[in-house]
Amino acid sequence: MSSAVHIEGLTKDYTVGFWGRRRYRALDRLALSIEPGEVFGFLGPNGAGKTTTLKLLMQLIFPTSGRAEILGRPVGDVAARRRIGYLPENPYFYDYLTAEELLTYFAQLLDVPAADRRRRVSTLLDRVGIGRERRFQLRKFSKGMVQRVGIAQALLNEPEVVFLDEPMSGLDPLGRRDVRALILELRDQGRTVFFSSHILADAEALCSRVAIIAGGRLAAIGRLGELAEFAVGGWELVVANLTPEALERFRPLTTRVTAIGAGRYTLELPLAQAPERLIPEIAATGAMLVSMNPVRETLEDFFVRRVAEAGAAERADTPERHHAGG
Amino acid sequence: MRAVRSIALNVFRESVRDRVPYNLVLFAVLLIGSSYLLAQLTAGQDVKIIKDLGLAATSVFGLFIAIFIGIGLVSKEVERRSIYALLAKPISRPQFIAGKYAGLVLTLAVNVAVMTAAMYAVLGYMTWIETPAFKASWEAPGTDPALLKAMALIFIELMLVTAIALFFSTFSSPILSAALTFGLYVAGSLNADLRNFEQVVDSRAAAWLARGLYHVLPDLSAFDIKTQVVHGLPVPAAYLWSTAAYGAAYIMALLLGTMVIFSKRDFK
Repeated sequence: MSSAVHIEGLTKDYTVGFWGRRRYRALDRLALSIEPGEVFGFLGPNGAGKTTTLKLLMQLIFPTSGRAEILGRPVGDVAARRRIGYLPENPYFYDYLTAEELLTYFAQLLDVPAADRRRRVSTLLDRVGIGRERRFQLRKFSKGMVQRVGIAQALLNEPEVVFLDEPMSGLDPLGRRDVRALILELRDQGRTVFFSSHILADAEALCSRVAIIAGGRLAAIGRLGELAEFAVGGWELVVANLTPEALERFRPLTTRVTAIGAGRYTLELPLAQAPERLIPEIAATGAMLVSMNPVRETLEDFFVRRVAEAGAAERADTPERHHAGG
Repeated sequence: MRAVRSIALNVFRESVRDRVPYNLVLFAVLLIGSSYLLAQLTAGQDVKIIKDLGLAATSVFGLFIAIFIGIGLVSKEVERRSIYALLAKPISRPQFIAGKYAGLVLTLAVNVAVMTAAMYAVLGYMTWIETPAFKASWEAPGTDPALLKAMALIFIELMLVTAIALFFSTFSSPILSAALTFGLYVAGSLNADLRNFEQVVDSRAAAWLARGLYHVLPDLSAFDIKTQVVHGLPVPAAYLWSTAAYGAAYIMALLLGTMVIFSKRDFK
């Protein structure tokens, strides 16, 4: 079976400056494949190249080099768009249309049979939580409501692959929960979901695999728990009733000790220091182990590190990395 | 074809909800008000003035709609990013342009039709109230069907101006597009003078340049037969057809250019 999405060496340079002589590389030789039925998270900080990638896949912009296929068809194939859905980042629609009219208009463009149109529009608006407001013009909608309408329009044609650019953006906690449930529902229906986000929690809750992009380059790809960047790097123990003498005894084994208060401390251990050997010793001093957690690098830490690395590389290697045209 | 129709109907709906038809009310008030005033002030010229005014107002109101809505057809979609979700649907970029253009032409057609009906209503009223002896002094009948010929060419001219506005708006800002379209409209209206430019200048180069510009710029003066129609002068059918064909060819060329430019454009 062919990939749902296949990207090979996709590169996008923008020209900048009045005469357009300098080039800025927004995406650098991106390569990845997404299998049918996957929920794939495309993660990265703002300006990493996530929206550029999605726009290239929708052919809203054209690549400088490389190619991409969706459902085995090149991205320019107009007919293949009948089988995909797309939610742009911070979507905006026509002020003068009602939510119902907008979806009906898009359903016409998607060749949804006339007999089926009204029912499908109504069901989808119900699904995304747009009630009586569906007959209001979109100019009266809040950002979150427009986002919900945007999600509904992406699902009108019951797409095989859904591309969602920052689907949680502008939503309140209830809205975020609804969208998470919707994405899982799409997965259960066997659809492929490609969504971009800069929030690790979204990816952890939903994705079978993720790709992390920073500075226009693919930094990592795989299952979140298996990525080297997010492997366990140490242990964090919270201990109560720890006497000063016992604390001094354990201090050389730790990388950091943080006092929480009232005899409570957080002891950070390096990966090599097996915590299971330390736990009996802690108990022997009369202290109590409250919790023990593996320490992983957070997505935020990863972003910060990658952005710093990208910045350093850019300073060292300006023409090649980001100013492709010099 | 279905996609083009859907996009066109949406443009029409947008213009209706943007209160574009309000200009029709203004037109009717202007025409009826002025006819009443002119009937009081002029002797025997009132019907001619109503015809002049009606045709000129249709042209000017249509021009405003063609330029100001025409330049926003594409640029507004791009600026507000509503084009992102639209172009992800199974429509090609040329279909998008064709739909947008057809939608505005439909809006213009309704405008011109209503304005024509309003003008005939006022002229019919004037014909009805005047005595046969007075009507005998008119150069052409009050409700002269030849007025339709002038209206038809005005409509084709407006279609051409819309195509110009759409063309410029695919690669320049709305203000620049408006300026360029209006500039081209003025140049096009004076274009006939360029044809005979060699008779008034000595420079061979200037004459060649003028001749070249005459062929490249649209000759909008060809669409203006208001004077002939108002004065009851004949306008041959062959002239109407050849002018319509010229307009259609120019429009096709502009739309083709617009589609080519738009198909290569990045939406950053």
